[in-house]
Amino acid sequence: MNDARRMTPQFRLLPRLTEDNTFFWTSGADGKLRFLRCSKCGYYVHPPSPICPHCLTKTLAPEPVSGRAMVATFTINEQPWIPGFDPPYAIAMVEIDEQPSVRLTTNIVGCPPESVHIGLRVQVTFEHRDDVWLPLFAPVS
Amino acid sequence: MRGETKAIISGIGQSDIGRRLFRSGHELTVDACLDAIADAGLTPADIDGIATYPGAMGTPGGFSPSGVPDVQEALRLRLNWYNGAAENPGQLGSVVTACAAVAAGYARHVLCFRTVTEGSAQGTKGRSIVTAGGGGGGGHRADGFMQWLLPYGAPSAANWIAMYAQRHFYEYGTTREQLGQIALNCRANAARNPKAVYRGPLTMDDYLGARMISSPLCLYDCDVPCDGSTAVIVSAADTTPDLRKSPIHVLAVGSALHGRNSWDQFDDLTTMALRDAATMMWCRTDLKPSDVDAVEVYDGFSFIALAWLEALQFCAKGEGGPFLEGGKRIALDGELPLNTNGGQLSAGRLHGYAFLHEACTQLWGEGGDRQITRQPEVAVAAAGGGNLAGCLLLGRS
Repeated sequence: MNDARRMTPQFRLLPRLTEDNTFFWTSGADGKLRFLRCSKCGYYVHPPSPICPHCLTKTLAPEPVSGRAMVATFTINEQPWIPGFDPPYAIAMVEIDEQPSVRLTTNIVGCPPESVHIGLRVQVTFEHRDDVWLPLFAPVS
Repeated sequence: MRGETKAIISGIGQSDIGRRLFRSGHELTVDACLDAIADAGLTPADIDGIATYPGAMGTPGGFSPSGVPDVQEALRLRLNWYNGAAENPGQLGSVVTACAAVAAGYARHVLCFRTVTEGSAQGTKGRSIVTAGGGGGGGHRADGFMQWLLPYGAPSAANWIAMYAQRHFYEYGTTREQLGQIALNCRANAARNPKAVYRGPLTMDDYLGARMISSPLCLYDCDVPCDGSTAVIVSAADTTPDLRKSPIHVLAVGSALHGRNSWDQFDDLTTMALRDAATMMWCRTDLKPSDVDAVEVYDGFSFIALAWLEALQFCAKGEGGPFLEGGKRIALDGELPLNTNGGQLSAGRLHGYAFLHEACTQLWGEGGDRQITRQPEVAVAAAGGGNLAGCLLLGRS
């Protein structure tokens, strides 16, 4: 994935790291995407929460997933909202293979924005900036 | 017990409205509030409650310059109850809450208002400095729900709603031409509204040829930031003898959110929180969608209005596109007049409250050039998109 990344903006506004989200935003340091998962019922919980909403136990722990996902929907943004983040670029909601009810809003990279479509199979790739590893997704080759 | 039926709308008011007025937001607020109080035949001494959305906020610029203290201080109101909050069932959630307050007897006359100065705040720099409504993107790092969106260059609800529209297009075959009817209808109605921001003609060619903002949404699918304030008085029904006008009855409200409270984790990407609010509203009345004579629904982006039409059961789920086809049905002289003041798309982004103002205007027969010919008896006012949604069913009797 060192790659045909077609979109690397000069600037990204990064998330503020907290005790709840640091595991998620730094997970890519070893190349793996992680979500909180209930050790009792196996449910993935995202965004991070103190408790499993199904069995109401505090047995959540970060667990790696395959990083494979499918584009559930997308948009090609054409409007320059943020200086240093130049359009056009593809924003998508992807659903992870392990539990499609878990979605990430992300950018689709490694392909022209106009080739993104609903149903596109994608794989996580990380962009390391400062203390954050942002999960992005590229088409499965 | 449907407590909201103890509530009535007794008066409405509006300040000057403009693309950029460069005037104090507090002044606009006071203008709208005094206008509404006088419309009801009341004085500030009668007002014992305030409800507003989202309360005063410093950022994003112009999003909400005035809150409860500003109005209470300006008019020196003696309040028995007040509420200014953003974590509400949408912009009109504040009005739903006011209905509960008068039904509970906390207050007799609740002044509800919403003020925006986003037009002036963005100045000549374009919309890029006005980011997400209600978002917490300030500083150098993104907090709260914006942490999931801002790093990806998705700061605007235009991006988020575009993805819902895209999914609706994919699942149901909805087209840009169908969606465009909402924008064209709003512009046609705005031409009859002297306070509307954009009143010039808009054709389907103009619409289809406009630049994309975030596909499939083009410029004319996005509302126009403006300056202005809207106010509504919610009163207890038993105050009717004290009022100048015959009351507008609150027949039912919708405030539910059963799905995930999130922009990107909601269970169905072809609808939104408005599904739950609309369903609740119809569960609280014997009236049916076919009883509605005027529908004023949120169009911060055109697709949200389509989603409200489906959620309110004016057509089946997924049938919003064919329902809008050709635009005749939703026209001022159609079977279901929609956004008769021009909506936020053309009249200006007064952020939710103008839909309620317009529903009352039509029910009172005060629409002037844009009055629906067959005098409406029942109207819907609905506001919010994404995880925000609240609605009211209103009637003359």
